[in-house]
Amino acid sequence: MNYLFLVTLFPLIGAVLLAIFRRMPVNLAATIGVGSIGLSALTTLALALQFFGNDQTAFVQHLWTWISVEAFEVGFDYRLDGLSLTLLGVITGVGFLIHLFASWYMREDLKDQVDYLYTRFFCYMNLFVFSMLVLVLGNNLLLMFLGWEGVGLCSYLLIGYYYRGEANAWAAFKAFIITRVGDVFLAIGMFLIWIQFGTLDIQTVIAQAPEVMAEGTLLTEVTALMLLGGAVGKSAQLPLQTWLADAMAGPTPVSALIHAATMVTAGVYLIARTHVVFELAPFTDELVGVLGLLTLLIAGFSALAQTDIKRVLAYSTMSQIGYMFLALGVHAYGAAIFHLMIHAFFKALLFLASGSVIISCHHEQNIFKMGGLRKKIPLAYACFVVGGAALSALPIVTSGFYSKDEILWLSFANGHTVLWLGGLAGAFLTSIYTFRMIFIVFHGKPASHASEHAHAPQGIAHHLPLLVLIVLSTFVGAFITPPLSNVLPETEVTASHALQISLEVLSSVVAIVGLGIAAALFLGRRRFVKGLVESDEGAKLWQFFNSAFAFDAIYDRLFVKPYLAIARLHRYDWIDKLAGIFPGLVKLGNSAMSASQNGQLRSYAATFVLGALVIVAALLVS
Amino acid sequence: MILPWLILIPFIGGLLCWLAGYMGHALPRYVALVTMGLVTVLSFWLWATGDFQLGAVGAVPAWTHEFQVGWIERFGITFHLAIDGLSLVMIILSGLLGILAVGCSWSEVTDRIGLFHLNLMWIIGGVMGVFLAIDLFLFFFFWEVMLVPMFLLVALWGHHSDEGGSPAKAAIKFFIYTQASGLLMLLSILGLAFAHYYQTGVFTFDYQALLDSPIGGTLGMVLMLGFFIAFAVKLPVVPLHGWLPGTHAQAPTAGSVDLAGILLKTAAYGMLRFALPLFPEQSALFAPVAMALGLIGIYYGAVLAFPQTDIKRLVACSSISHMGFVLIAIYSGSTLALQGAVVLMVAHAFSAAGLFIISGQLYERLHTRDMRQMGGLFGRTGALPGFALVFVMASLGIPGTGNFIGEFLVLFGAFEESPWVVVIASGGLVLAAVYSLVLMLRVYYGAPKSKTALPGLGVRETSMLALLVVALLITGFFPQLVLNLSLQSMTEVTQWFLNPSLLQ
Repeated sequence: MNYLFLVTLFPLIGAVLLAIFRRMPVNLAATIGVGSIGLSALTTLALALQFFGNDQTAFVQHLWTWISVEAFEVGFDYRLDGLSLTLLGVITGVGFLIHLFASWYMREDLKDQVDYLYTRFFCYMNLFVFSMLVLVLGNNLLLMFLGWEGVGLCSYLLIGYYYRGEANAWAAFKAFIITRVGDVFLAIGMFLIWIQFGTLDIQTVIAQAPEVMAEGTLLTEVTALMLLGGAVGKSAQLPLQTWLADAMAGPTPVSALIHAATMVTAGVYLIARTHVVFELAPFTDELVGVLGLLTLLIAGFSALAQTDIKRVLAYSTMSQIGYMFLALGVHAYGAAIFHLMIHAFFKALLFLASGSVIISCHHEQNIFKMGGLRKKIPLAYACFVVGGAALSALPIVTSGFYSKDEILWLSFANGHTVLWLGGLAGAFLTSIYTFRMIFIVFHGKPASHASEHAHAPQGIAHHLPLLVLIVLSTFVGAFITPPLSNVLPETEVTASHALQISLEVLSSVVAIVGLGIAAALFLGRRRFVKGLVESDEGAKLWQFFNSAFAFDAIYDRLFVKPYLAIARLHRYDWIDKLAGIFPGLVKLGNSAMSASQNGQLRSYAATFVLGALVIVAALLVS
Repeated sequence: MILPWLILIPFIGGLLCWLAGYMGHALPRYVALVTMGLVTVLSFWLWATGDFQLGAVGAVPAWTHEFQVGWIERFGITFHLAIDGLSLVMIILSGLLGILAVGCSWSEVTDRIGLFHLNLMWIIGGVMGVFLAIDLFLFFFFWEVMLVPMFLLVALWGHHSDEGGSPAKAAIKFFIYTQASGLLMLLSILGLAFAHYYQTGVFTFDYQALLDSPIGGTLGMVLMLGFFIAFAVKLPVVPLHGWLPGTHAQAPTAGSVDLAGILLKTAAYGMLRFALPLFPEQSALFAPVAMALGLIGIYYGAVLAFPQTDIKRLVACSSISHMGFVLIAIYSGSTLALQGAVVLMVAHAFSAAGLFIISGQLYERLHTRDMRQMGGLFGRTGALPGFALVFVMASLGIPGTGNFIGEFLVLFGAFEESPWVVVIASGGLVLAAVYSLVLMLRVYYGAPKSKTALPGLGVRETSMLALLVVALLITGFFPQLVLNLSLQSMTEVTQWFLNPSLLQ
């Protein structure tokens, strides 16, 4: 398995080539950009075969010593085990499909915006895949942090890909700064781990944690809390969730890859990786689940009141990651990672399909200006139905059913009844907002010129990724079982099988009822909803949900405005102005002295006499 | 015999540049380039042939080369040069940045070219002296020598700023700040020599002799502060930073590159070489104050950088913030943090030089440094924004660049002894992201101000920027190259700082 490093090398070479030869032809750029990820995916496949042939033993590759000062030893080391292999598969596999789709999408998208470089897009995308792979392969926290910051950088660059747009630039700025706040917490977490363990090696930390860290002490809690801070920033969970919806300003394949399938789940990976630390910190451990629950509900309500197709999907992503956090909170780590993988399938499908819809509708993103697209773009419709069904976890046939229900079941079985109930309520919301979107976009009559003249996209680069992801979003995808048994503890369940089945039936009923309500409200003339939104309270509530519970406004008051005020005070460096007193004094003395030298004999004589008088007087007095 | 040549070559080269100025316009540039190339080759040769393995820590620094001849024997002043890992890192850095300083003036400076390069070379010569001298009087001599050509560079070839500042004014401010603080250092050096004379009966300015007999008590504290203030002005430490933003804003590009890349580092070098080892006990007492000043610098610099409209002022203020980390490291008493400070100094030299060179290139194209008149430059200036992106990301400490290694080693190293300082300093990382990205946003993002394409980067410009990018990535992925070189020196500093008795 010595070729493990090749997985990361291909995307890196791709990125470097695309960065240096910026003006290469579009076809070559697409070949390099997509091909590098394809090679990476093939390498992953070979690694997976060997890994399973090898009894799933973990493999560590030491590339070089990165930093070594006294006891501080950090290697550039990759580790392949069940968890990193699962994520490797998602990143390179789904990543390859998204890259392939992107080669079509960006060509269409840049048709009328010729001055955006095609190479720049793929350069950032390849760099992103490199960073993401380093994140999951890194065998120590510092190397993981390299990937962690790298994906944040690429996310920033890709959100701001359309650099001419003021809004895109600010969305990129916001995403970077908010995740950076989380990164600082993670950094402090690393410092704390370093002084307690004297190493940053993740496996050593996991092995020694029960001896080194005392359960429930302040230090342990703070350490776990700092790691959680990093995780919520990257994964857009409460309270650092506000950047994700704005991040939709980036090209749609970016949203599919970074803001749905891979980067935003890095927080889930981090907590699953360091779960031992969390288990020693009961308060923080509980907090993980609670934050997940709150986020999934807030995001669910927000998704109900969005008009932009991508923002609906963004909030649904937040909400689904909320489920993963909930799973982590109830120690169902395997379920969290399983849902991470399944979610990557169906959410990538939904995002890519929405990209297809957007291109078909001539860059229209408002769902209320679409409508009736079912017949015009049947493939996109099929994608949305399958993906939406998986997202809502409709029973038996969808992959989402298996992953989400495992989370709900385990939260119930592990005794977290409140989390379970909240999760159930979230499932209800999910199926309402998902089918609201589908019904508004694909059913009814065309609501604008753009949707009336929608044209169906062509080409294998467009069709193939969608078709593969459709298959993976059905129950077929649920057959893929992540090889986590050696990495993450199994959840032991004592409750009976019959109870599990009855709960599954219950959540299926909830999902189907949600679907029914969506149909009643949004199929046809939507009179009830219109009446509701037009009433005073309804409008306010809609506004509240639309702004995602007004977090932006609150943060603006709490942080942005005060900082701007402080900065304005420092527009001129006041310490420097204070230092200006010295030259001021000197100048004052200078002007006083030079005023006395006026060249008039009279005043000189008068001064002379005055001086003499003062001296004589002084002598007489003493 | 190689050490004096490191100093002589720039001085002689400078004179040749001046003479060449009478023979042709291009000639001084080539002479300067060859001069700097020679210095760099020499310093790399020293690296390749020297032994910088970590050995035992004694009472005397482990010099790899020494050179000593008598100078003013009556006062015990000798021309004493020596080199160890730390000085070598700084010398290699000075050579590389010297080349870049010549390169970035190629089309910018068109007036009195010979004289310009004379000054440029003499700055480097002075800096080399500072990094090599271990006789305190000689050190002071070079400390003052590097000041004068820098003053002339800013005053004669500087730019007028949009806010009404003149180069002469900025140069005078720079001169007064550094001159006044240099005077304090001279007094401290004399005080130290006299105190040593009263203790031992020997009048000497030799580093090793002074190292062996530390001065205690209040006198030691006062003398230490004299050194500290002189270095604090140059680093700069808030509240003694007043000269820096203006000087940078007005200086020609080469001046800014030298100033941010090398001159600021002489201050950190001075603290590591003199202030700490000569006064270990007093420094330990003073450490909390110094760390607090470092924190203030991190935040004050970051807040100051954010609202600036002049791109060079913004970069200059960000230097104040970065040097706060270096100051914290120096007084943390941890080898790890000190090693981080060395990497940070090297990486900051590259990233700040890159940003200043880019500002210069923008000025050549747009004839302004006011960011309000830029905007939307992505896609208009060829590969320039891509390079700018790398330097901005380096300056906010993205992993993969040396700045990350430096900042994080400082934070890791200092955490054990002063966790709260580190936690507060980490907050500065967010503010660094804010001002850095605001620079990107204002200059490169948004709607373009005009449709006309600006000239892209030429071969000379591209190769300079590419060199810096490669240097940043090398320090980011293989920081061990630098760390191995400076390990012995930094271990000595920490050991002496923690156990002053080692020196006796």
